[in-house]
Amino acid sequence: MRRALTDIAVRWLMRCVTYFIVLVIAYIVIDIVWNGAPALSWTFVTAMPKESGAAGGIFPAIVGTFCLILGAIVVALPLGTASAVYLSEYAKNGRFTRMIRLAIITLAGVPSIVFGLFGLGLFVLFFHFGASILAGSLTLACMVLPTIIVASEESLRAVPIYLREGSLALGAGKWQTIRKNVLPYAIPGMLTGSVLAIGRAAGETAPILLTVAAFYLPRLPRSVFDQCMALPYHLYVLATQYPDADKIRLMQYGTALVLIILVLGVNLVAVILRIHFRKKYKW
Amino acid sequence: MGGHWREAGVKWLLAVSSSVCIIVVLVIFAFLFKEAAPFVRDPGVLDLLGARWTPVSFIKQQFGIAPLVSGSVVVTLLATLLAVPFGLCGAVYIAEIARPLEREILKPLVEILAAIPSVVLGFFGLVVVAPIVKYVFNLPTGLTGLTGALLLALMAIPTIVSISEDAIRSVPRSYREASLALGASDIQTVWRVTVPSAKSGIVAAVMLGMGRVIGETMAVLMVTGNAAVVTLSPFDSMRTMTATIAAEMGEVTYGSRHYQALFWVGILLLLATFILNVAAQRVLRNHQRA
Amino acid sequence: MHRTVPVAAAVVISILMFGCTPAAQQGKAARAAGKSVTVKGSDTMVHLVTAWSESYMKAHPDAEISVTGGGSGTGIAALLNGTTDICAASRDMSPEEKEKAAREGSTLRETNVARDGIAVVVNPSNPINELTLEQLKKIFTGAYANWKEVGGSDGEIVALSRESSSGTYVFFQEHVLKKEDYTPKARLMPATSAIIQSAASDALAIGYAGLGYAADVGRVKVLKVKADAAAPAIAPSEDTVRNGTYSISRPLHFYTGAGVGPAADDFIKFCLSGAGQAIVREAGYIPVQ
Repeated sequence: MRRALTDIAVRWLMRCVTYFIVLVIAYIVIDIVWNGAPALSWTFVTAMPKESGAAGGIFPAIVGTFCLILGAIVVALPLGTASAVYLSEYAKNGRFTRMIRLAIITLAGVPSIVFGLFGLGLFVLFFHFGASILAGSLTLACMVLPTIIVASEESLRAVPIYLREGSLALGAGKWQTIRKNVLPYAIPGMLTGSVLAIGRAAGETAPILLTVAAFYLPRLPRSVFDQCMALPYHLYVLATQYPDADKIRLMQYGTALVLIILVLGVNLVAVILRIHFRKKYKW
Repeated sequence: MGGHWREAGVKWLLAVSSSVCIIVVLVIFAFLFKEAAPFVRDPGVLDLLGARWTPVSFIKQQFGIAPLVSGSVVVTLLATLLAVPFGLCGAVYIAEIARPLEREILKPLVEILAAIPSVVLGFFGLVVVAPIVKYVFNLPTGLTGLTGALLLALMAIPTIVSISEDAIRSVPRSYREASLALGASDIQTVWRVTVPSAKSGIVAAVMLGMGRVIGETMAVLMVTGNAAVVTLSPFDSMRTMTATIAAEMGEVTYGSRHYQALFWVGILLLLATFILNVAAQRVLRNHQRA
Repeated sequence: MHRTVPVAAAVVISILMFGCTPAAQQGKAARAAGKSVTVKGSDTMVHLVTAWSESYMKAHPDAEISVTGGGSGTGIAALLNGTTDICAASRDMSPEEKEKAAREGSTLRETNVARDGIAVVVNPSNPINELTLEQLKKIFTGAYANWKEVGGSDGEIVALSRESSSGTYVFFQEHVLKKEDYTPKARLMPATSAIIQSAASDALAIGYAGLGYAADVGRVKVLKVKADAAAPAIAPSEDTVRNGTYSISRPLHFYTGAGVGPAADDFIKFCLSGAGQAIVREAGYIPVQ
């Protein structure tokens, strides 16, 4: 009897603890949605900032974030998927492979501000790109590369081996086999991984702090050598750089909401893709 | 014959793409050391061991990183201490006790927490958490190490939950079934058999969570008060290594002593997270082998 | 596979074309012709500079001015690194910085664009109304740790300061702390508004901020400053800063290097014009006279 009671007590304790976490998450999201929703309007999302950000819209920040994500993906996606194909299909357990894997683990663990430091030193100053979308995108690309590689490799390995063996038995070359019999089935997983990487890159502030972000730039970027505004940096600036925080509380929450919608929206897309393709490809 | 060349060419191209990872890591390390190196000659690495961080001073520039290290350590340890009970409990609940429907809701919710950008959490901390901390503990200001640790714990929980959950799930059914067959209850089985068997996976999860926390920048920059003091009390304002780099990097002139000192802080951060991550991976691999 | 390659190729090509489009060409030409101007630096001045930019760009639609804060130190570093056209600084460049610029061969030009008073702010509930410079120095260097020591109620003094990248930080250190170091216990806030926010909500806080930021009374109390125990207590305002009776005031500068384009010059000229100086007054600073 005692045992049963302790068991029930423990079970309920665990339930409370777990749902406490849920409560906190819900509180954060609801707080931002509740306080930020009044700020959302067509003007807010499409207009340029006025009064150095205290009024108007955040359009350049949204566009800037998109530019940075695009730049990062353009660099990291080809490199990442190629590396994943190599690791999954060609690599033997030699020293080279172990070095690659160690490099991936290392890169995945590098703090975002160290990427920012590195990006500032190498791309902005050493290569003389200046604070630009180019520097920011390259820094973000370095950051998301491990995510893309790991997700892509996983989806490649999930393709059953008999698909490869059949093709090879029929006399096809290795690359031919991969191109026609493996990649098509792995692409969905790779896509999901890249989408998740995009979500991460969109929300990062530290890497873009000094490599690209501008406080006030009410013009859309015109080339990769321009600076741009970005949503995470804009939120940081709104939260810490305005004399009368209460007046712009609405703008702060609105920006936070847009950023959350963007990041969660991207993650939702990834989840939907994952579910859709899991249904489609049942081995 | 052409096909053979194409095959070889593709393999070579893919290998080169893979080596980009290695190259990037090496370049990061090399570049950090290159920029930090001149500091060794003047004023010397021992300078970093001091307890005052006053890089801007009319009297004497001091680059003692002790306050920064203590700030990072206190915030990280406190955050881990706060996150582990919640994370572990959550992982066990989701893996073992929750009904399938519950699981379908809980897992995405935890992923949502993982997806919230650090600057949004920092903003939330500034506006909501700091005043609460100030009121509850009757402090002169809510910008303390504790506030930072609370936010960081929120960021570490998803990592701990997901990796611990994987570890718990991978404990063989036979262990559970044997325990139940011997008459133990569900809960007893979970906490006395399953979780201990998943111990190394859970340890790895905690280490990876710590690695994530120690590298966090924006949230701590916004809520810890950034005072460069060596202190063990979480109710004080403190300054982490990450916040220091973020706050001061913009003002340093290329090649100045302050610039080099900041790169040393970056190297230290990189080494700390590197060691944590590699150790965690090793623990994970041992667990998977066992 | 068949779909990904063309899509990827299209994306890559469009990125590269980004550089070739008329807009990008215009951007490049604008930079080459000096029509786009980058201003980096002082956090104290960032709203002033942004107000100037907005006004200027309204009058000159093809001009492009990008403003970034970060602190005077950031702006000076950017100027020396060559990553900005104009540096906004709320402190003078130090002799080392001027020397470094000379070594790099760039001729610096300092233009005084406004004046600013540094207000000392406390929470409205704080009973103290005035402090001497000596007392301020003792508070911010940590010699005084309790409000009792300056005649207030018992409580730990929470000193709020800017980050070391701030010109205000350096100026305050030089003129009020008389070049001594700040106490390590001082909270280094990321920006002036953070100081205002903290002072408004923490009863034991004391901080310093550019007058333009403290201008909205009610949220924080601005202390009167006495040059020494015998001097009268002066509150910061446009008049007291202009006639020098307020002890803590400073010029705000634009620094430019050699090879800066005509657009930057034009912008600076605008800032110094009647319209520009009217904006200075609106922003809560003091026009140059």
